[in-house]
Amino acid sequence: MTIGLGHYLTVAAILFVVGVLGIFLNRKNVIIILMSVELMLLAVNINFVAFSSFLNDLAGQVFTMFVLTVAAAEAAIGLAILVIYFRSRGSIAVEDINQMKG
Amino acid sequence: MNGELPNLTLVLPEIFLAVSAMLLLLFGVFQGEKSAERVSNLSVMVLIATAVLMLNSFGGERDVTFNGMFITDAFAVFVKMMVLAASAIALLISGKFLRDHKIARFEFPVLVLLATLGMFVMISANNLMSLYIGLELQSLSLYVLASMNRDRTRSSEAGLKYFVLGALSSGMLLYGVSMIYGFAGTTDFDLLQKTLRGAEGPHIGIVVGMVFLMVGLAFKVSAVPFHMWTPDVYEGSPTPVTAFFAAAPKVAALALMVRVLVGAFPGLIAEWQQVIIFISVASMLVGAFIALVQTNIKRLMAYSSIGHVGFALVGLATGTQAGIEALLIYIAIYITMTLGTFAAILTMRRGEGYVENIDDLAGLSTNNLPMAVAIAIFMFSLAGIPMLAGFWGKWYVFLEAVNVGLWPLALIGLITSVVSAYYYLRIIKIMFFDDAAEVFDGNHGRGVSLVVGVTAIVNSPVSYFLLIAPLVTAAHWAASSLLF
Repeated sequence: MTIGLGHYLTVAAILFVVGVLGIFLNRKNVIIILMSVELMLLAVNINFVAFSSFLNDLAGQVFTMFVLTVAAAEAAIGLAILVIYFRSRGSIAVEDINQMKG
Repeated sequence: MNGELPNLTLVLPEIFLAVSAMLLLLFGVFQGEKSAERVSNLSVMVLIATAVLMLNSFGGERDVTFNGMFITDAFAVFVKMMVLAASAIALLISGKFLRDHKIARFEFPVLVLLATLGMFVMISANNLMSLYIGLELQSLSLYVLASMNRDRTRSSEAGLKYFVLGALSSGMLLYGVSMIYGFAGTTDFDLLQKTLRGAEGPHIGIVVGMVFLMVGLAFKVSAVPFHMWTPDVYEGSPTPVTAFFAAAPKVAALALMVRVLVGAFPGLIAEWQQVIIFISVASMLVGAFIALVQTNIKRLMAYSSIGHVGFALVGLATGTQAGIEALLIYIAIYITMTLGTFAAILTMRRGEGYVENIDDLAGLSTNNLPMAVAIAIFMFSLAGIPMLAGFWGKWYVFLEAVNVGLWPLALIGLITSVVSAYYYLRIIKIMFFDDAAEVFDGNHGRGVSLVVGVTAIVNSPVSYFLLIAPLVTAAHWAASSLLF
């Protein structure tokens, strides 16, 4: 059996859905949400590279480089916000993020 | 594609903004914490200089650079002027609040400049790649701004919520972008437009990708059903930051939505029109009904902004040039109303600190009549009472909706306007007819008074004779530069 574009897209779609579910179903810890966000972005990268190779077009791989860079910046900012949140609240459990409602 | 230098004159305003932001950052680092005020003033000057550069370097003719990644046209000039004005006003009204909360750091104006730069790239994006980079530059700066008051749990919670949902929306948007790239074979808007126009039926992958892309953008403009972050972020962020959020990023994201849907996917109008109609109706309804029960004025303004995005999207839903024109008029008027209201909220200050409840405005007319009149003008204008500026925005949007046969949309818009008038008028009733509460401290800074005064005059009936006609001309000039 040859592994074609469809297989790569399926893997990427599954990873993406796992990432989204990780954000919505997770009731424990904000760090897990950060990991889920990374998982979503990496799933997109698989998509880009697969399409890029399939289309014989380099733009997709260039895009992947940009996504990787932005993902690193995003992780840095996310962890920084998490640290200041932990300092003032003393907890990073998802159910404790409830100061504002309505 | 070979080694020649791209045409840099078109990106001169962006380069100037980027270099100035970095120089101001260096300046702030060397001068230390005391330099906050000076960096803020310099940032306002940088924004003004950017506006001058932009008008000088191009007069609105369509031109692309960086291999078609970056576009300048009348639409970009018009929207960028609005973004510049909104950023400058947000900086002008921030000084006193930041000093009172001991968060007057030089990073604030620098982050506002960087966010403005990101918005510029978004507005001028002509490729999905530059769209993504601009959007992320803007969003990452905004996450930090939201959590700026880092010793206050509410501010860092606002930043955390904004970050998590913003990152989710970027992921959705990016997944859509990858689908579009894969099935259309290009990320360039002009090429996308050409390929999709010719095809008899678009590939399902492209439609799925476009819907994901729209979900990401709907998050950024806080349209229902992707609005859940808005009230919390607006309430928790420091008030000047909220004022900035309510104006500049919203304008930029709406412009980006127009640029993508009208610039790249005009061939798929049958597909995206239904989605836009749905989120527009949902935003108008949520903005009108959930705001009825709010007691915190910043939260109320959050729902109000959701509703206003719904009204603006009616213009996009028509998909015609006149509809885009109406959308541009609407958001131009909306930013004057919302910045004026937030400047007025910044005057709600008593001995122990800033207050945010609507009841704190009780009897403002006996304590400070000019301020009460100004807030009344903003509320009448937000509600869309005839002869005030807000009315004309709604008028042009609904007129175009009726013209293209989307009259149910205009009807829902009218009904939700009437419902939302209830909570705007309630604020006026509290200010003018309730027993006076304690007097607010004066001394809220010259910037705030200036902004409240000017925006109140702009929104008053005076504007019809002086401002609406030039605004309509400018919006027509801007909308006609988009491809149809």
